Amino acid sequence: MSEDIKKDLTAEIRDLVVEFRTDYGVVQALNGLELEIERGKTLGLVGETGAGKTTTGLSLLRLIPNPPGVIVSGSIKLDGKDILSMSDKEMQAIRGKTVAMIFQDPMTSLDPVMTVEQQIAEVIKLHEEGGQAEALKRAREMLELVGIPGSRGGEYPHQFSGGMKQRVVIAMALACNPELLIADEPTTALDVTIQAQVLEMMKGLREKYNTSMLMITHDLGIVAEICDKVSVIYAGRVIEHGTLEDIFKNTRHPYTEGLFNSLPNLEDRQAELKPIKGLMPDPSNLPKGCAFCPRCDYAMDICETQKPGRTYRNDTHYVECHLYNKDNIHEGKVKSR
Amino acid sequence: MNNVSAVKENVQISVKKKSQIADIWKRLCRNKTAVLGLVIVILLVLVGILSPIIFDYETQVIKTDYSNTLQPPSAAHPFGTDELGRDILIRTLYATSTSLSIGVVTVIVALAIGLVLGSAAGYFGGKVDMIIMRIMDIFLAIPGTLLAICIVASLGNSIINLVIAQAVAATPKFARVVRGAVMTVRDSEYVEAARAIGAKDATIIFHDVLPNSLAPIIVQTTLEVASVILSIAGLSFIGLGIPAPMPEWGAMLSASRAYIRDYSYMCMFPGLAIMITILSLNLLGDGLRDALDPRLR
Amino acid sequence: MSTQPLLDVRNLKKYFSTPKGMLHAVDDVTFTIEKGKTLGVVGESGCGKSTTGRAILRLLEPTSGQVLFEGQDVVKLSKEEMRRKRTEMQIIFQDPFSSLNPRKTISQIIADPLKINKIITDPAKQMERVRELMEIVGLADRLINTYPHELDGGRRQRIGIARALALNPKFIVCDEPVSALDVSIQAQILNLMKELQKKMGLTYMFITHDLSVVNHFSDDIAVMYLGKLIEKAPSEELFANPTHPYTQALLSAIPIPSLDNRRERILLKGEITSPIEPPAACRFANRCPHATDRCRGEEPQLKEIKPGHFVSCFLSE
Repeated sequence: MSEDIKKDLTAEIRDLVVEFRTDYGVVQALNGLELEIERGKTLGLVGETGAGKTTTGLSLLRLIPNPPGVIVSGSIKLDGKDILSMSDKEMQAIRGKTVAMIFQDPMTSLDPVMTVEQQIAEVIKLHEEGGQAEALKRAREMLELVGIPGSRGGEYPHQFSGGMKQRVVIAMALACNPELLIADEPTTALDVTIQAQVLEMMKGLREKYNTSMLMITHDLGIVAEICDKVSVIYAGRVIEHGTLEDIFKNTRHPYTEGLFNSLPNLEDRQAELKPIKGLMPDPSNLPKGCAFCPRCDYAMDICETQKPGRTYRNDTHYVECHLYNKDNIHEGKVKSR
Repeated sequence: MNNVSAVKENVQISVKKKSQIADIWKRLCRNKTAVLGLVIVILLVLVGILSPIIFDYETQVIKTDYSNTLQPPSAAHPFGTDELGRDILIRTLYATSTSLSIGVVTVIVALAIGLVLGSAAGYFGGKVDMIIMRIMDIFLAIPGTLLAICIVASLGNSIINLVIAQAVAATPKFARVVRGAVMTVRDSEYVEAARAIGAKDATIIFHDVLPNSLAPIIVQTTLEVASVILSIAGLSFIGLGIPAPMPEWGAMLSASRAYIRDYSYMCMFPGLAIMITILSLNLLGDGLRDALDPRLR
Repeated sequence: MSTQPLLDVRNLKKYFSTPKGMLHAVDDVTFTIEKGKTLGVVGESGCGKSTTGRAILRLLEPTSGQVLFEGQDVVKLSKEEMRRKRTEMQIIFQDPFSSLNPRKTISQIIADPLKINKIITDPAKQMERVRELMEIVGLADRLINTYPHELDGGRRQRIGIARALALNPKFIVCDEPVSALDVSIQAQILNLMKELQKKMGLTYMFITHDLSVVNHFSDDIAVMYLGKLIEKAPSEELFANPTHPYTQALLSAIPIPSLDNRRERILLKGEITSPIEPPAACRFANRCPHATDRCRGEEPQLKEIKPGHFVSCFLSE
């Protein structure tokens, strides 16, 4: 698209192919993934287990476990710089400073034998000038920022509740003011009321620091809450991408429609849930044509043999599906909820 | 779990899985030292089984030949002869059968008793656990060798008493391992599920708990065989083990002490035999522990 | 109604003894479930909902209280009598990975309840029933000799359901049965459970933290907080008129997967208090935006404010 020269992209992934070479076969985790995160904006990466969301997040940090993972081809650019050609030392300088990641389970993300302020200070010392005292001071400031009294900095992770631990993790991630924050299901392990508090806090911090964010989740409610744009991922490819308006109100891809239909409708409790039949395809044995074809209610003959290309509905919204071409994409055959 | 391992696990779950046994075998084979251990153990077992068949006990193993004493290794006697003119090679090989069979029998006895006591202690907890484990602790507190000496000294020097002595020393170790494994599994949800469908305690222990606690028990069994063999060698060395003239590595070592300066080959071969046996069993045990652990948690 | 409810729980308590004092996991919980209906029990972690479910089935022994199943108090039954009663009261667990014995095949797992309770002793007839159950829950026949680890979460959960159904129970406690599953699989399982309820006249106690799911699935909903039942009402009523401040906060916190109807979220301040030796006061007082002095000094009781709608809060009196 000619538009990208004008976009200010914090992160850019083009045609990324990642494989996991195991004893049992080769797992195609990512198959030509494309992703763009604009500066200061939040991209939601939506998909189910096994779709490749976490692999995407790890790729941006070049933390794919190797073995068995291999980045086969494609490019990943952070702030315009290609990270695949960087040395390990250069990557270490980037991790924590330019890009930071928050994981799902705060219990295992924190070191149980270090106090929380020490852990935050560690990140600061690694990337910024100044000694221990300064780092600790800054660490306590970060704690206050995430809603934890600085005086509790000397406590250990086990002394905090799940929600507070996740806040500590967020404080650590934001300590060096990264350009990009990758949040991998950060609130899935938390209670719903705590989730609301944490999301609210993340929104506030994002505003304050203009951090770009990649929010990896399976929960469309969270997407509606915090994201600007959405990429729907299935079997290692982004099959639909657009703004909130595009995805929620002009759903095009049958899988995206299926996701919405699987959700219980709060308005109409009697409505039957319409699950997507079948299961995610085996990533070591992906279907020849469109990966979603075996489960798709609208499947046509061409879907079995040929992979669909991208069709754009407007500047922001595209979908990879044989149902559409540039003529009919505006009507949208897929029924709205 | 952290996301890196989550990715790995998802990758594993998503790929077709063969049976668990095939998985374990594959992991074991990848560990070179474990494979070495396994090969040697198999060889030892073969030697142990075949020796009594190939070698005639009366004429080849224990017959003294005073004209042929203390001969260095030669074509006729590859390991040389001992102070009574007996072929060291034949005696060393024959001793394999003695050591291995006692080791295996002892472990089977100790395992059987340990299983019962350990499962009861682990599953029921509370007073049952306390009573059983305190009794086990008493036996564990007594050094194994000392215990064996006392039993053999009081009951007499025979193979059966040796087995009893070793089994008494080994049982608490098994009870402890079984207890630990059972306690890990006891709180699993599928055990709760078994209770929910109306299973009785005994059924749950045999069908649900024990089959899933096998890993540490299997490892302990392998290592314990090695331990028993070493212990018997030690006892024989001080004269309380296998009664002469039956060949036994420890006894052979003991006998060679007097001749160690000029006829070092006499202690070398039995010593090597002990070392190789223990080492291979330990390598196999360690390899099994690694191969079994993550799969049968 | 004149017919007695299938399940009548009265003043159920389950306390755990800890070094720091008594942990009030379930504190004086009272509710009923009519035959053929579903009671959804919601609450966040630590509220005691799972413990309640297990206490009703006596998988955990209740500290005190009554559990009247078809009029008979099961708390008073002996261990052996309870074991036999289990054929009528079953449970579906949350984690389809850990609730199935990894060393048994599917057919063995499903046949277990039949074998153990000597309902069907003939192996051929057992297999027949296993096949029947597999069909009912939608498991392909060819999977009959596979092991749990060879299957995905959705299929494993179906095994759990088949196992629960094997004894033809009247009542099933569903402890977060779909929480561990992907969204699209969740829908499949929920539809299956609803269908089975209609076909077999089952009564469910559906424990979950997911409010959108519970609304879809339950006739009545009970909200728990720190071991106490703080609100109970028919589903539509609860969502239309949440009365307890906690229920209101809980409902407002659900992320809505839609761009319309964005609502203002009530954000709770503070942290949940400890369930160990709680003081005689409203347990929610420290986080409640409307707390008064009375709330901090006195414990509210569950009162019926509208027919079928119960709330435990001074503000609604």
